[in-house]
Amino acid sequence: MTPASKLTPVLSANWDEKDSFTIEGYKRNGGYKAVTKALAMEPDAVIQMIKDSGLRGRGGAGFPTGSKWGFIPQGDNKDHYLVVNADESEPGTCKDMPLLLANPHVLIEGIIIGSYAIRANHAFIYLRGEVVHVFRRVQQAIEDAYKAGLLGKNIGGKGFDLELTLHAGAGAYICGEETALLDSLEGFRGQPRLRPPFPAIAGLYAKPTVVNNVESVASVPSIINNGIEWFQAMGTEKSKGFTLYSLSGHVNNPGQFEAPLGITLRELLELAGGVRTGHKLKFWTPGGSSTPMFTDEHLDIPLDYEGVSAAGSMLGTKALQIFDETTCVVRAALRWSEFYKHESCGKCTPCREGTWWLVQMLHDLEDGKGTEADLTKLLDLCDNIAGRSFCALADGAVAPIMSSLKYFRDEYLEHQRNGGCPFDPVASTVFKTVGA
Amino acid sequence: MEFTADQLKIMDSIIARYPRSRSAVMPLLHYVQAIDGYITPRGIETISKKLDIATAEVTAVSSFYTQYRTEPAGEYHVGVCVNTLCAVMGGDAIYDSLTDHLGIENHETTKDGKVSIERIECNAACDYAPVVMVNWEFYDNQTPQSVKDLVDAARAGNPPAPTRGPKKLRTWKQNSEVLAGLSDGLANEGVSAGGPSLLGLKIAKGEK
Repeated sequence: MTPASKLTPVLSANWDEKDSFTIEGYKRNGGYKAVTKALAMEPDAVIQMIKDSGLRGRGGAGFPTGSKWGFIPQGDNKDHYLVVNADESEPGTCKDMPLLLANPHVLIEGIIIGSYAIRANHAFIYLRGEVVHVFRRVQQAIEDAYKAGLLGKNIGGKGFDLELTLHAGAGAYICGEETALLDSLEGFRGQPRLRPPFPAIAGLYAKPTVVNNVESVASVPSIINNGIEWFQAMGTEKSKGFTLYSLSGHVNNPGQFEAPLGITLRELLELAGGVRTGHKLKFWTPGGSSTPMFTDEHLDIPLDYEGVSAAGSMLGTKALQIFDETTCVVRAALRWSEFYKHESCGKCTPCREGTWWLVQMLHDLEDGKGTEADLTKLLDLCDNIAGRSFCALADGAVAPIMSSLKYFRDEYLEHQRNGGCPFDPVASTVFKTVGA
Repeated sequence: MEFTADQLKIMDSIIARYPRSRSAVMPLLHYVQAIDGYITPRGIETISKKLDIATAEVTAVSSFYTQYRTEPAGEYHVGVCVNTLCAVMGGDAIYDSLTDHLGIENHETTKDGKVSIERIECNAACDYAPVVMVNWEFYDNQTPQSVKDLVDAARAGNPPAPTRGPKKLRTWKQNSEVLAGLSDGLANEGVSAGGPSLLGLKIAKGEK
């Protein structure tokens, strides 16, 4: 099987149509048929179907979506909420924004089905604020769905009511963490909550709440339409279905590739025209900067939840950032550390203080002023940050450092021997040949 | 100076979207920026009254999120992505040449009030690196020269259109209004998807 024949465009199947983002464009390709089908089922049957499909969260953690829905207590006489996490900000991650730009209705259809299943009458989309045109597209789609009777009162004449509110963030990576997102949506600083209680018990306004990633919810209509067997025919044993893989960086043709879980980087690179011509792969992230980096030893690892985890990293958001041999790994780790330092919400001391220390030490190392003893200290510092905070931002912050030290320890030392960074940053740029 | 009766009415309509009024604090802050260009004392006070929370609580929220500004943005707010991937691909070079060109640093605005700049984090467009955002619209695959040309054209009142966005770039204040949830009717303008977004689909269809 060639890599090209493996591709399975589902969410992206209509992106090449000029009006793919309109309700007419979506309906022309079978859109909103799954709502009719789902509303004819019992809500519990919808939950069971998503459970049985094996769909797992596409936002990073990979938690089974149907199980999450099943955790919502029923018959509790409380309001329930579905909140979609569209705060896509993990460095390297660039799948939800093009999805919402080109096909916002598939998300709305998934929201209607999910809300019906968990018995929520109000859903929210928390969209990062730095993407105005995506906001316009989603807002228009919501408006059109209301006009078509797909949102509002008595949807499809089935007695189901659903309000959907679009909410813009304002530039805080931490709000992609589900409990920080809920605090933010309630009108507070976005800081993670201590769990338990989990959002399924006490989420938005302390009511039972499901928080799902955009791609997870958007995958639901296709499962309702095509059935469990169709979905399970794609993917691997414990990682079922299709997903969006995003290739960026030093490849000839970066872009989005919708493929079954378990495809390898070797195959994806072939589709992306290979690593930048004349260069070779040095390091890459399997799922954003918070997932420990890999090298050219890892080209054949199946990119599913288990495969990546067994190799010491995480599938994360499937954001494959490719760096060739012109890139200084210390510079990369430093820049990511500056990001985590900037985005640490300040709630937990190990993360708030530790990320500042990390940046200072990495600056010295990048400038050639570090020593071998500093590497030990750096790892010690990482040990005191990871796992010692409320949320995973702290774990993400140490991932690029620990993994780069694992594979490129000598490159850190080379900076000291060289009295500074041995790399020419111009050589890594895309326009080095076209003239700056 | 007070906000106008119409503006106060719009604030009420924003609050009405939520089951609990406090949830409206973020869109209200975006709306204040749409009117005043940044988070002004009168904006803080009005939100505090509308939501019945202390001004300190509103400030606590506005100071947490980087999109809320303490000083006016330029008419064209240019964000250069300098997170690792964009930086390596050319974002650092773009940022350096832009600051040289404009004679201003991070978070500063040109004297004519036209252009402000900011070092931004990953903006979810890595397959279009290096990425620059103007008024939070996508300008994909930039070079130092293209960004210099962009800001020169913007200062002359004629900015190029975003790569994936409306036909004409709107001002920073106008786009802040969109983020407050007030439609400008431009959703149907611009492409469905850019080239890299379509690459996998085209290969699957045998078109590439």
